[in-house]
Amino acid sequence: MGVFAIHILNALLYSSVLFLIAGGLSLIYGVMRILNLAHGNLYALGAFVTAWAIGLALGAGAPNVVLFLLLPAGALAAAVAGAVIERTLLRPFYKRPEEYQLLMTFGLLMILEDLIRLVWGPNPLSATSVYASLGSISIAGDRYPAYNLVIIAVGIVAAVFLWAFIYRTRFGVFLRATSQDKRMASALGVNVNRIYIQAFTLGCFMAGLGGAIVVPSQSAVLGMGVDALVLAFIVVVIGGLGSLEGALAGALIVGVVREAGITLFPEIELAVLYLIAAVVLLVRPAGLFGRAGT
Amino acid sequence: MNDTVVVARTGAIWRIAAWVVPAALLLLAAPLVIDPFQTLTLTYGLIAAIGALGFNLLLGYTGLLSFGHSAFFGGGAYTVAFLVKYLKIASMELFLAGSVLVSALISALFGFVCVRYTRIFFGILTLALSQVLWSLAFKFFWVTGGTDGLRVPTPTLVGMAPSDDKMDFLAHRYYYYVLAVFALCVFLMWVIVHSPFGKALQAIRDNETRAEFIGIRIRRYRLIAFVISGIFTGVAGALWAPLNGLASPDVLVWTFSGEIVFMTVLGGFRTFVGPIVGAIAFTYLKTYAVGFTVYWQLLLGTVLVVLVLALPTGIMGAIEQLASRMKKAR
Repeated sequence: MGVFAIHILNALLYSSVLFLIAGGLSLIYGVMRILNLAHGNLYALGAFVTAWAIGLALGAGAPNVVLFLLLPAGALAAAVAGAVIERTLLRPFYKRPEEYQLLMTFGLLMILEDLIRLVWGPNPLSATSVYASLGSISIAGDRYPAYNLVIIAVGIVAAVFLWAFIYRTRFGVFLRATSQDKRMASALGVNVNRIYIQAFTLGCFMAGLGGAIVVPSQSAVLGMGVDALVLAFIVVVIGGLGSLEGALAGALIVGVVREAGITLFPEIELAVLYLIAAVVLLVRPAGLFGRAGT
Repeated sequence: MNDTVVVARTGAIWRIAAWVVPAALLLLAAPLVIDPFQTLTLTYGLIAAIGALGFNLLLGYTGLLSFGHSAFFGGGAYTVAFLVKYLKIASMELFLAGSVLVSALISALFGFVCVRYTRIFFGILTLALSQVLWSLAFKFFWVTGGTDGLRVPTPTLVGMAPSDDKMDFLAHRYYYYVLAVFALCVFLMWVIVHSPFGKALQAIRDNETRAEFIGIRIRRYRLIAFVISGIFTGVAGALWAPLNGLASPDVLVWTFSGEIVFMTVLGGFRTFVGPIVGAIAFTYLKTYAVGFTVYWQLLLGTVLVVLVLALPTGIMGAIEQLASRMKKAR
C-alpha cells in the first residue's frame, strides 16, 4: 500500500512540474497564437537562477528560511526575460506568418541554451540543501522526501490561482476576450499589446517557477529545457493547445503514465506517451479540451 | 504561335543552363582545387542540400512547416548502420535503396497522422513523432548503440571496394558519388515541382479552399508530398552516415530538424535553389562556428534571429531584390 501511495505521489509531483511548464506554453499560445520553442529554456533559466541564488546564500551562511524565500528567484528571472523577449523580439512578428515566429523562437532557444552555459558553465548546479533540510516523512512505513510534497503543493496552488486569475478577475476577462477574438477585443478598448506582454510574462513566470521548485530535488543541467519542452508538447497535444484545463488533464495523464512507465516499461515509456497522444488526436483532433480549427 | 512557345521554352532552357553549367563545372572541379578538408565540408553541404531540398517541397511548395525531418534523416542514417551491423552489407547502392524504403515507410506512417493538420499543429505533431524515434534509438541501446551510435565503415561504390586511404577516398570518389546523387535529386525535384502534381501542391499552399473546389484531393496530395519529402531527406541521411562514420542520435533529436528549417530559410524557401544555397552556406557557417567557439549555438541563434528580422526571404531573396534594384537603376 505504501509503495502504491508513493507511486501516486511521484505521479503528482511530475504532473505538477509539467503543468507549470505546459500551462505556460498553452497560455501563451491561447492568447498570442505563438508557439514558444524557447519555453523549455525559460524553465531551465528558472532552475539555474534559483540554484545559483541558493548557492550564493549558502555561501553567505544564510539560514534555511532565507533559502526557501529565494526559491521564487528563478520564476522572477524567467518572467523578466519573458517581458524583454516579448518587447524586443516577438512584437515585430505579430503580423507575419507564424512560421517566422517559430523560427524566431528556435533562434532564441539556441541563444538561451548557450547563454546559460556562458553564465553558469557546463557543470550541473544543485541546491540539495533545501531538499535535505525538510528531511523525509513516513508514508505507511516507507520514507518519502518531504520536499516533494512542497512541489505538489505549489503545483496545486498554481493551478487554483491561475484558474481564479483567468475566470474570476477583470484581467482574466480581457485575456479570454483577446484569446477568442483579438480584433474585436481591440475594438472594444482592450489594450491588446499590454495583454500580450502580460500573458507572455505570466507564461514565462510559470515555466520559471517549474524550474525553480524542481531544482532542489534534481540539479540544473544543460539541455534540461529542450527535454522538458518535448514533454510539454505531449501534454498540450493531449490536452489541447491553448487550453489550461487541457494542460492540467494532459499533465496528469503524462505524469501517471510516466510513473507507471518507469517501473513497468522503461524502454518504451516515451513511445507510449506519444502513442496516447496519437490516439487522442485521431479521436479528438483538437485534443481533449481544445477548440476545433487549430 | 507554336513558334513563340518554342522560343520561350528554349529561352528558359538557356537561362537555366547559364546557371547550371557553371555551377556544375565548379562542383566538378572543386576537389582538384581545394584541400581534402574543404572537400569534406562541401560533401556535407551537398548532403544537407539534398535533405533541405526534400524539406522545402513541404515548406516552400506545400506550405507545411515540418519540425520533424530529423526522423527521416536519422532514419536513413540508422538504416545504413543496421544494414552494416546486422546484414553485413557494404554496398552504397543497397544502402540508398534501403533508406528510400525505410524513410518512405516512416514518412507514410507519420504523414498519415500529420497531414490532417496544418500550420502550427502540423509542426508540433511532426516534432513529437520524430522524438519517438529518437527515444527508441536512445533507450534500445543494445540494438542502436544508444548515445554512442553505430559505426559505419566506408562502403563500396558501384561494386568498387574503397581504397585504403579513407580521407582520400571520401574527398574524391565519395565526393563524386554524392555529387552524382545530388544532381539526380535536384533533377528529380525540379521535375516534381514543375509537374502538374507540383503545381497542385502550390495551389494548395496558396489557397486550400480553392484548390479543393477545382477537385484537388488535398489530404492525399499532402501525404504524397510528405512521403517524397521524407524520401529525399532519408537519402541525405544514408549518404551522411558513411561520411560521418557513425550514425548517432544527434541527427534524430528535434533540434536537428530545426537546423534543416534554418538552412532552408537561410537560403530562401520561396525559390527552388534557396535550400541548396542555404544548406551549403549553413554547413560552412556551422563548421567554422563550431571550430571557432564552444558557444556556436549562440552565434548561429543570433544569425537566425537577425535573418528572420532583417532578411526573411533568405540569401536568394536578397539576391533577387538586389538584381531587380539594379535593373531599375539601369
